[in-house]
Amino acid sequence: MVDEILRPSPRHKPVSLFVTCIVDMVYPGTGVSVVEILEHLDIEVRFPMGQTCCGQPAFNSGFHDDARAVAKQFLTAFADAEVIVAPSGSCASMVRHYYPQLFKDDAEWYDRATWAASMTWEFTEYLVDGLGITDIGAKLPPMTVAFHHACHGLRLMGLKNQAQQLVENIDGVTVTELEGYDQCCGFGGLFSVKMPQISGAMLRDKIEHIKACDADMILTGDCSCMTQINGGLSRNQVEKHVTHIADLLARGLKHNDQ
Amino acid sequence: MAMNPKNFVQSATIAIEDITLQTALERGTSNADGRRRQVMAELDDPYALRMQGRHAKLRALHDLPDLLEQMERNVIANGGHVLWAADAAEARQHILNICRKHDLKRGVKSKSMVTEEIELLPALEAAGIRMVETDLGEYIVQLADDHPSHIVMPVMHRTKDEVRELFMEKIAMPYHEEASEMTAHARKTLREEFLNADFGMSGGNFMIAETGTVVIVTNEGNGRLSTGMPPVHIAVVGIEKIIPTWEDFATLIQLLPRSATGQRLTVYVNMFNGPARIDEPDGPQEFYLVLVDNGRSDVYASEYVEALACIRCGACLNACPVYQTVGGHSYGSVYSGPIGAIVTPAMWGKERASPLPFASSLCGACKEACPVEINIPDMLIALRRDLAKTQGPVWELGMKAWRFGNAHPLLFEMGGKFASKVTHAYMQSTGADKLDTLPPPLNGWTEHRDFPPFAEQSFHDWWRQNREDK
Repeated sequence: MVDEILRPSPRHKPVSLFVTCIVDMVYPGTGVSVVEILEHLDIEVRFPMGQTCCGQPAFNSGFHDDARAVAKQFLTAFADAEVIVAPSGSCASMVRHYYPQLFKDDAEWYDRATWAASMTWEFTEYLVDGLGITDIGAKLPPMTVAFHHACHGLRLMGLKNQAQQLVENIDGVTVTELEGYDQCCGFGGLFSVKMPQISGAMLRDKIEHIKACDADMILTGDCSCMTQINGGLSRNQVEKHVTHIADLLARGLKHNDQ
Repeated sequence: MAMNPKNFVQSATIAIEDITLQTALERGTSNADGRRRQVMAELDDPYALRMQGRHAKLRALHDLPDLLEQMERNVIANGGHVLWAADAAEARQHILNICRKHDLKRGVKSKSMVTEEIELLPALEAAGIRMVETDLGEYIVQLADDHPSHIVMPVMHRTKDEVRELFMEKIAMPYHEEASEMTAHARKTLREEFLNADFGMSGGNFMIAETGTVVIVTNEGNGRLSTGMPPVHIAVVGIEKIIPTWEDFATLIQLLPRSATGQRLTVYVNMFNGPARIDEPDGPQEFYLVLVDNGRSDVYASEYVEALACIRCGACLNACPVYQTVGGHSYGSVYSGPIGAIVTPAMWGKERASPLPFASSLCGACKEACPVEINIPDMLIALRRDLAKTQGPVWELGMKAWRFGNAHPLLFEMGGKFASKVTHAYMQSTGADKLDTLPPPLNGWTEHRDFPPFAEQSFHDWWRQNREDK
């Protein structure tokens, strides 16, 4: 793993956005939210067009040769980046935590992988830990939100307070606690497809907790977990909805402009 | 269903629908996990203690062969005997030989996972030797002709009502409402067994090499009665339980009860230094230590060596959302839950336990709960790598196609556009705003949840339109 102390500071550098494959194809609006927030903060955003996926689906399923091939595409696409920001704790942790491991037997790519790992940030982590920004000056009509702290962000990246601080500082928003906020929603990538009964049972617990929660909206930092939970909420005709943190923050900025 | 890790998905599917089991699991795991979190949080610096414990175990593993020989020398010096067992069959044979030598017919046993592992009880029974489990949970398991489903709480899968029924049927218990009354009845029945036993057996939570001491931690006092009253004591211990010093023990004894049962300390901590000495009025005349390998050396020589640092507290089981959902029996192994999903394939062959490493969302709750911070998720990923080919041609080919698409940005974008067209066409045909069916092999997903359509405009295209062209 990359030594956290030796990470280069991301201040005063343009951001190369790694939008992630799921945001690219299914939730482009979340990518737009990230761009809007960064530009609002006068940060230059770049988008390397050669980006695809981080390779995690293959890596977590044990197909490491396939994961390496896709990771090389990532490293090639982001070769000129100075700071890489992704709106996903899971995809960011793939680069940060697992890329160096994936290339440990390949000197040339190992260097590129550790370099990329050292400059990759999850979106809220970049703002709060990287730049020291906890208030982006957003405002919304009164509402209560709660977090589902997605596993990889929480446990591989230590993310929890970052998003919470940003959201607590949106004028009008109150944060409450979701019971079992640190409990997996059951997604787990291909786990949800290969062992759908177990994944579905884990999802049931999450849905029960969301139903019992008095928040108007549940926030999370990973679109994959969001897909799992919203898919379950929709299947069970529950009105509540999970939203990506960046989308709420961007909405708060727009509300401000009105 | 027979204990076989290959049946994981089948067994798990049945377990999920078993309402009694789900009630028992929900209560058992959430109580244990909650108590663990509470007493760990009381410590001044829980993480520092965990790291100290981790390194005590890692140091022990580093010097494992030397420490085991030191242990042997010290046990012999204390007047005990040491027997080495390369596998389960040899361990059983050693124990049967001891029984024959001393003409042992009636045994009492305190809780031990390794005796489950080597399937000792059926072998004793076949040789005409009576052996009674004296840990209440194990006693229930034995009466019900069942298997333990948890390494610390063997009957987590059973409710009080089931146990009452069992006791009334098997040990002539009159109807009792309260668990304490039921326990009192079992306790009375077990007292006779202790008094009549000619040998006692135990496992070992720790072996302390510097003095040749075996330590067990218990709550019921049965461990003390099983090992102190009968004239012969046989301790059966896995070789990975060795630690160098009492100082390391002082660290680990703070972690084990806290992590296992949420106690600051167990009611009993028993330390055995061999047979009773001349000046000691109580204790066994003979002490045997059976050191069991049974696949551990193979793990030791592999990249999964860290799994041998496990102190069998069960915290990862209680914290695991998969274990909470499917229970211990689904794993088809003595060692269940996240650590079982590593130990089982690593000790007894990956192919034989191939579904287990895949039975995880890789959420990392296990590593977070582990008192010695074993990196379970990363080892599960490594096992998946070793087992990649067992997933079948659909996944292997699918992954190749996925790789090709994602290694070529143009294909990636084309794939996205294609998926967008297909999903929108499908939705138009059904009139819905989501997908309730996906094609195989992805159809498992839509059994329990809907899938959103792919976006009409990808982020790539949004960028082209809104940023590049400006």
